[in-house]
Amino acid sequence: MSKALLDLVRAQFADSVLETHAQHGDETAVLNPQAWHKVATFLKTDPRAAMDMLVDLTAVDYPDSDPRFEIVAHFNSLTLGHRLRLKAKVGNSAGNEAQIASLADLWGSANWMEREVFDMFGVVFSGHPDLRRILMYPEFVGYPLRKDYPADRIQPLVPFRDVPNISKVAPFNQHEGMSFGRQVFDGQHGAAHGQGDDADLFPPETN
Amino acid sequence: MEPLDLEHQESEIELAGEPMLLNVGPAHPAMHGTVRCVMELSGETIERVDVQVGYLHRGFEKMCERGTWTQVFPYVDRCNYISPMLNNVGFALACEKMLGIEVPARCAYYRIALGELARISDHLTCDGAMAMELGAFTPFLWMIKAREMIWDVMEEETGARLTHSFGRIGGMAKPPTAGFKETVRATVDQVLSVVDEVEQLLLGNRIFLDRLQNIGIISAEDAISLGWTGPCLRACGVPYDVRKSHPYGRYDEFDFEVPVGTTGDCFDRFMVRIAEIRQSASIIRQALEKLSDSGSVNVDDPRVVLPEKNEVYTTIEGTIRHFKIVMEGLKIPAGEVYSYTEGGNGELGFYLVSDGSGTPYRVRIRPPCFLVTAGLGKIITGAMMSDVVPCFGSLNMIGGECDR
Repeated sequence: MSKALLDLVRAQFADSVLETHAQHGDETAVLNPQAWHKVATFLKTDPRAAMDMLVDLTAVDYPDSDPRFEIVAHFNSLTLGHRLRLKAKVGNSAGNEAQIASLADLWGSANWMEREVFDMFGVVFSGHPDLRRILMYPEFVGYPLRKDYPADRIQPLVPFRDVPNISKVAPFNQHEGMSFGRQVFDGQHGAAHGQGDDADLFPPETN
Repeated sequence: MEPLDLEHQESEIELAGEPMLLNVGPAHPAMHGTVRCVMELSGETIERVDVQVGYLHRGFEKMCERGTWTQVFPYVDRCNYISPMLNNVGFALACEKMLGIEVPARCAYYRIALGELARISDHLTCDGAMAMELGAFTPFLWMIKAREMIWDVMEEETGARLTHSFGRIGGMAKPPTAGFKETVRATVDQVLSVVDEVEQLLLGNRIFLDRLQNIGIISAEDAISLGWTGPCLRACGVPYDVRKSHPYGRYDEFDFEVPVGTTGDCFDRFMVRIAEIRQSASIIRQALEKLSDSGSVNVDDPRVVLPEKNEVYTTIEGTIRHFKIVMEGLKIPAGEVYSYTEGGNGELGFYLVSDGSGTPYRVRIRPPCFLVTAGLGKIITGAMMSDVVPCFGSLNMIGGECDR
């Protein structure tokens, strides 16, 4: 990483850089989120920065603070061989209004990484061409990497999707293929009958 | 069958006006199990494509926030499960960077030797699978045979063929076994002879070359913008290798080349991996020369490294130290770090945030596969349907790392 570059960014955007540090040799600038895209454009286009690669973009959740999410981006210049980390804090403590400009118009790698941050944290990237969930499925409720999302929460199985214009459906019903996992063994009847939602799959014997 | 209507002009044949939607995967043999491509075809040409990942998402980052720092090792094993040793070492280096400690020379060379073995197994798998998906089954079996030899070495050293969990913060779980050097030297020779044979089999094969050459071309600018690293980027002619540009461990003491391609097509990606296997073999031989036969593989730091077992069972200090590290976890000072190493598929980064307790606050893995797979749509748009298979194979998407 490069100290000279950090000084340059600080000089160029004095009113937008809130704080800087170089812990463990990683030069970091914390930005005002309004200046996120402006500083990134500078980093990409200015020949002294020449950041041709957006290496990583992620977020960290601090539920007790306001703003709550810290967006963290790592840049690398292959030509000049230096690196820089930019951070910006967005979102209120309830997790709403987390919005920041998308960098997808500057680096292709931002596209999927921003989708992932949106998927995992619920941060909205304005100007993103295709902002939808990427690792989770569309029916998933909540944002799993937020600290207030319980790690052991189980969400219901997704029923078959209604896809317009497709008449074919899978030739099995939604319980098939998993019934043995739901049976209850009571030791007396061998495999006893299912309970709960699956009771209709295993009708009680009439004797 | 109706007779061919020879009087019918080809231009008069009425084709369907709407593009055809074709869904490939996630359960398709060429999609390596976990990627789905929804393609809009016009004839056999792909007009638009939507690459969907996430079918192997297991919540790696969420799970890491629940245990101690040491308990992350089994999870990183399951990210890139073809070369887990590189992930182990990468995570250990990130934690060591935060702690400000450096492992002894013996450990560093041991890590390099094992890591390069893992890299060879990664490249063998990718090239073998690529050949198999194009119909060449024999090279696949030969390369998997060579990979088995490497995994036998890994089993001898770590006790596990695949998910070793062998790295430790501040060292390795065990020192090298007595026969390590001999075994590895013999194995590397055998593996290289297999690679030579495979080259003879494939590179004279017209079908194989035609399926790969000038297919799936990506320019260097696009690849850099997409965040490609590793063999896929080097195939475009960009000599970016973390081992050279940012030598971690003790890679600066080693003499090796960074093979690059010229056109950035599937064939270059194949050949770059073959060339890297040879470079890795050379690194392994150098590392074995440097590896001393005695000395510790762990740092001498009681905060980080578990005490010897006889000390644990005979002294109260040892018992307490063991208890503190196992139950509370070793303490990493509060702060954040980004540490990056050269994984099997490119820059494997770890962005760690610690709040000073024994549990990670945030573990972010920068998966090289994820970004490489993000470029799949770009290289197959406009290509023929049949080119999807070699293009996808040449990217070496590892589901565990891509989806986490």
